[in-house]
Amino acid sequence: MGEKKLMLGNEAIARGVYEAGVKVASAYPGTPSTEISENLVQYKDSLYCEWAPNEKVAAEVAFGASVAGVRSFACMKMVGFNVAADPVYSMAYTGVNGGMVITVADDPGLYSSQNEQDTRAVCRAAQVPVFEPSDSQEAKDFVKTAYEISEKYDKPVVLRTTTRLAHSQGLVELCDRTENADKPYEKNPAKWVMLPANAIKRHVIVEDEMAALAEAANTLSVNKAEYNDTKIGFITSGIPYTYVKEAMPEASVLKLGLVYPLPKKLIEEFASKVDRIIVFEELMPLIEDQLKAWGIACEGKELFSRIGEYSANMIKEKVLGQKIDAQAAKDIPNRPPILCPGCPHRSTFWVIKKLKLHAAGDIGCYTLGAVPPLSVIETTLCMGSSISSLHGMGKARGKEYLHDWVCVIGDSTFMHTGVNSLMNMVYNQSTGTVIILDNRTTAMTGHQDNPATGVTLMGDTVPAIEFEKFCRGLGIENVFTVDAFDIKALEERLKTEAAADHLSVIIAKAPCALLKSARSKKKCEAIPEKCKHCGACTRPGCPALTKNPDGTISIDDTMCNGCGLCRQLCPFDAIREVNA
Amino acid sequence: MKTKNIMIVGVGGQGTLIASRILGGIALHAGYDVKLSEVHGMAQRGGSVVTFVRYGDKVAEPIVEPGCADVLIAFERLEAKRYAHFLAPDGVLIVNDQRIDPMPVIIGTAEYPENILEEIGKNHTVYKADAMSIAKELGNPRCFNVVILGMAARHMDYKVEDWHSVIESTVKPSTVEINKKAFDAGYNLH
Repeated sequence: MGEKKLMLGNEAIARGVYEAGVKVASAYPGTPSTEISENLVQYKDSLYCEWAPNEKVAAEVAFGASVAGVRSFACMKMVGFNVAADPVYSMAYTGVNGGMVITVADDPGLYSSQNEQDTRAVCRAAQVPVFEPSDSQEAKDFVKTAYEISEKYDKPVVLRTTTRLAHSQGLVELCDRTENADKPYEKNPAKWVMLPANAIKRHVIVEDEMAALAEAANTLSVNKAEYNDTKIGFITSGIPYTYVKEAMPEASVLKLGLVYPLPKKLIEEFASKVDRIIVFEELMPLIEDQLKAWGIACEGKELFSRIGEYSANMIKEKVLGQKIDAQAAKDIPNRPPILCPGCPHRSTFWVIKKLKLHAAGDIGCYTLGAVPPLSVIETTLCMGSSISSLHGMGKARGKEYLHDWVCVIGDSTFMHTGVNSLMNMVYNQSTGTVIILDNRTTAMTGHQDNPATGVTLMGDTVPAIEFEKFCRGLGIENVFTVDAFDIKALEERLKTEAAADHLSVIIAKAPCALLKSARSKKKCEAIPEKCKHCGACTRPGCPALTKNPDGTISIDDTMCNGCGLCRQLCPFDAIREVNA
Repeated sequence: MKTKNIMIVGVGGQGTLIASRILGGIALHAGYDVKLSEVHGMAQRGGSVVTFVRYGDKVAEPIVEPGCADVLIAFERLEAKRYAHFLAPDGVLIVNDQRIDPMPVIIGTAEYPENILEEIGKNHTVYKADAMSIAKELGNPRCFNVVILGMAARHMDYKVEDWHSVIESTVKPSTVEINKKAFDAGYNLH
């Protein structure tokens, strides 16, 4: 028995990657997948790992490493898998040399995402096998099984997780790393070059391989039938399996570890031995639809929703008819996430609000600028979309229209896919104002580095890509860097640029308040005797400020980061800077 | 043994994750099967956060269901109210008697509820403390979470020495002593 450790699902996946002898791993951070790479880096003596600028790049890096004959890995959240979809669909055709696994994390319940898509459906369309673990131990074990399947069936393989698995901890037994000899590379254009004439032949092989895997799935150890009381048989996988075991430990269960392709004979055998089949799967009815297509009677989405996360209580209510008598308190104020005290986005958004500009937004902490009291972000779609949306608005309504609009995009998001959109603005002669909110980190996912920070995942210091030079290199003349906390300078610059009929980029720069380097030696302090109760300081919604019953304000010294926004906004000098 | 259900609720950034790591560590130390479920990502930016900790002979699901929590540890009053329905009929509430206004209250579109603890107290045993003041007196307001954990430890069957050794292996070395003091202060409060 190896040492047992309490590990996050993501930590266990990283461990599995290490134990499987992987040599190259690439990823773009995205909740709930980020901690995989953050944990992989502890094994950097045995493997190379990196932050890529986006998920497409990460998947292609893994592809290249696989072609070169080593086991490779990429990981991303589910919306990132859409970005990577282009290479993934064709990698299903080329297959692999060294084994290749991509972990994709879904987010049922939308804890930190912009939609509730189901990765299994993408994989079915791409003809990529999918494993789904139900606890941390399986997360580690399935990574290793996935590499074996990848090499045996010549396929990239997806390990699908959900937020609940990724961010739950469970006991994991550690094993040693297996070192694999590098596989020789042989020149083979029919396999590696997806010209139409080659691809059409590879498609035939893909169909054959998937049929062979579907057959093998009937006896694969990760798919297992647990026979107990046969009145009800659940077919389930992943975290929902644990809800079944919690609610009805006495029921029979067919637990699927490989959720695509599905094991037809095993399912038919299970169906023949139980009276009633209930498919218990979060999000889309993929297993259920397949059963129905095969003519196997089952229940699924008529009992359980396509929306959100499941729970054991749902089974108790819908299957056992129990009434759960635990009502949440009604009419209590929500507590949505907010921009932190000292966040540089608050100051930039305040200026945008003051100038009554509309803002096309993007993906990051700054999406929180959509909610009161700032309410300046008016669209949010996907990574990089702010810049292209602004371009589209300008093409639809003309230059005048863009005098009232700007777009905002974070530093990491700009590197991710914003760059392509900005090229489009240059190429297709757009006007408009692009604001890069450069807080020197990928903040929302917990402070990862990116090509603009000058530090790699493995901790090396490298030349940082500079936004100003980059934008000028594209041929943009009007590029300005402004201190995000200097609201006067920012207001002047923004006013001028928004009114101009040219393309401009404003880099609103100041480090994320949570970065150690940003920790200020100053704090703000209220001077109640000077306060005229006007409320100007509290309007941007800094959580460190509270209005006292007498109309004056208090500044919480444990929260204040000394950014000085409130001090700049006070018309009566009733806030001063003090040493922390 | 019946699986024990513990919840920690609070405001993102208050230190719920470190408290749950200590809780998970002590269950592991005692040889139990244990599962924890945490919230990372967006909610950690000042939103409402919840952590589930379950331990016993064999734990199936990683979450605590409404009506099932043996101990609800709340780092803030409004969050205690938000999750009070998770308490089992004989479940106890351990609460940091602090008010942190959420944005709807700050901007005046909602009101902070009154008499939260009195209402929960009608159906459940409530242990409250101004842990922030206690932690400030000890020298570090940030360790208020471990003061609350010390209070909750009274409702779990582990030895104080074991808590201390798990604290030693979980928190940063420079904060071990202050955290142990914070734990003891909470443990000896009621």
